[in-house]
Amino acid sequence: MTTKTTATKRTPTRFGNRQQLQQILAFAGLVVIFGFFSFASPYFLDWANVKGILLATAVTGIMALGATFVIATGGIDLSVGTGMTLCSVMTGVFLANLGLPLVVGVLGGLAVGALIGLLNGLNVSYLRLPPFIATLAMMMVAQGLSLVISGTKPIYFSDVAGFDELAGGELIPGLPNAVLIFFAAAAIAGVVLSKTLTGRYALSIGSNEEATAISGVDVRRWKVVIYVVAGLFTGLAGVVMASRLNSAQPGLGLGYELEAIAAVVIGGTSLRGGKATILGTVIGALIMATLTNGLRIMSIPQEWQKVAVGIVIVLAVYADILRRGKEA
Amino acid sequence: MNVKTTNTRRRFAAAAAATTSVVMMLALAACGEGDGGGEPGGAGGEKPYVALVSKGFQHQFWQAVKQGADDAAAELDVEVTFEGPETETEVEKQLTMLQTALDKNPDAIGYAALDSEASIPMMTDAESRGIPVIAFDSGVESEVPVTTVSTDNLAASAEAAKHMAELVGSGKIAIIGHDQTSQTGQQRVEGFTQYIEENAPEIEIVDTQYAAGDQLKSADAAKAILQAHPDLKGIYGTNEGSAIGVVKAVQETGKSGKLTVIGFDSGKAQTDAIRDGLMAGAITQDPIKMGYETVKAAVAAINGEEVEPVIDSGFYWYDKTNIDDPEIAAVLYE
Repeated sequence: MTTKTTATKRTPTRFGNRQQLQQILAFAGLVVIFGFFSFASPYFLDWANVKGILLATAVTGIMALGATFVIATGGIDLSVGTGMTLCSVMTGVFLANLGLPLVVGVLGGLAVGALIGLLNGLNVSYLRLPPFIATLAMMMVAQGLSLVISGTKPIYFSDVAGFDELAGGELIPGLPNAVLIFFAAAAIAGVVLSKTLTGRYALSIGSNEEATAISGVDVRRWKVVIYVVAGLFTGLAGVVMASRLNSAQPGLGLGYELEAIAAVVIGGTSLRGGKATILGTVIGALIMATLTNGLRIMSIPQEWQKVAVGIVIVLAVYADILRRGKEA
Repeated sequence: MNVKTTNTRRRFAAAAAATTSVVMMLALAACGEGDGGGEPGGAGGEKPYVALVSKGFQHQFWQAVKQGADDAAAELDVEVTFEGPETETEVEKQLTMLQTALDKNPDAIGYAALDSEASIPMMTDAESRGIPVIAFDSGVESEVPVTTVSTDNLAASAEAAKHMAELVGSGKIAIIGHDQTSQTGQQRVEGFTQYIEENAPEIEIVDTQYAAGDQLKSADAAKAILQAHPDLKGIYGTNEGSAIGVVKAVQETGKSGKLTVIGFDSGKAQTDAIRDGLMAGAITQDPIKMGYETVKAAVAAINGEEVEPVIDSGFYWYDKTNIDDPEIAAVLYE
């Protein structure tokens, strides 16, 4: 990290302006993509399709919310994908196998997410493993445990009354609960990131870890807290995923972490840490889902869909770098 | 780095963290101990040893193959191990598994190739060591395997197309595929498309999208196709995950009953959908027979007996009317 950027970050007014600019740019990107597909296909701009896009955003979006906190500290969380799977499997164990009440099962799923985060945090903070390695290891452990615990078979919630309504029901008619949960989670994440110590310390650690420590913050302890917060979102994603499929699929999840990270990065959060917004992440996740949906509606083969998403990531991050260059 | 922290304190904290991590992981692992089982025993012992390298192990289908293999192993008194990569795209990882299996010097090898050509050097290696190879599920571009035990995927998907044509009559349909790079994945689409082109000119396949057999992604893909073609009359999903995704999409768009959905393989979600009428029917392979025949052929090869060059492990069409017939119920898995 250059001293220039650190200096910029300490200027409060510029900080605020840049955050706004970055969100406006990401939002503009979303509008452009949306506009393009609306012209390209007569079937794109339709509430049913928009609903489909929102629903497709929900699970990856919730994971991306958690990942934003970790990335804000300058870390990375590779365990969100298979961690989510482990959380859905454990929710299945609690609800379908042990027959616990719905609320307990859901909270249990979230608790498993928090536990995953706790282990990540302890490994990063106290064992001083690089976040990439700590969460890579957790990614593998979670995947393995999902398979072991489920006996490699999906766990079905067919006998758990009301579980599929969690994500599939519509409290607001026309809008699936999964989308509602995603927005609510985003609102909470937004508050936590900008208004609480957890969020401020996350950004501060990401900007300059040593300075944060010198100013008297127990960096190691707060990192653990931040990873636990991220884990809670992983748990929520797992519950939503399980509810939407009405089953816990132990084989899914690998690769979802990269989509979540891509969403975070497109949203303007810097992988170097210190700079993150929840709104950006939400927009990033929407961009990913919109792009895939639009290309599918136009019958573009899957191979090319991947190429397109890759190019968008490059463009998004490059735009961010250009802007930062100008400000310095 | 904070210099003031003493080394001992730091070391203590690290040790505490390490202990906590390990304890928690063990605790997590322990709660799953229940039905995890199935540890593959090593080679060793007097029994002939057959190493099976499959395309996967976490998918229900492969578990059924394993069950058939275990049945045959018990019946023919041989030792069988079963392993496979996590996803059906990990060609390289599977080759490593095959290499390790060869290095254990088994009496025979069963191999379900993810890539029909990548393993050719190892096939030659097996031949030079005198280890007979039985290909299962899909073939290998090599003369080495004594036989190939597989579902005739072209015929099976043509059967799916036949039922689609009967049920839909005319109009637009689409396909959600699971893998455009494997032979099985390609044939599942090819057999279907060919049948429609040759026998049902009234039907148009408007789109074929691939979603890696992932339920959520298949659902999203099917919804996009439904959006682009509101007058779509049927969708065919080429494996369990694809088919369940299609059902999900039909449910979520509120088109239940207006669309003919045809699937492949089984699994509880799919059989439930067929019972509930969300899905018209599906093709099931006979994974149990596939595993059984693979081990049986391996034992025959070990004993120097003649083996047919191709062993068809069969397939069935099943729908609401015959789903509980004993011969069908036996090959459907939960």
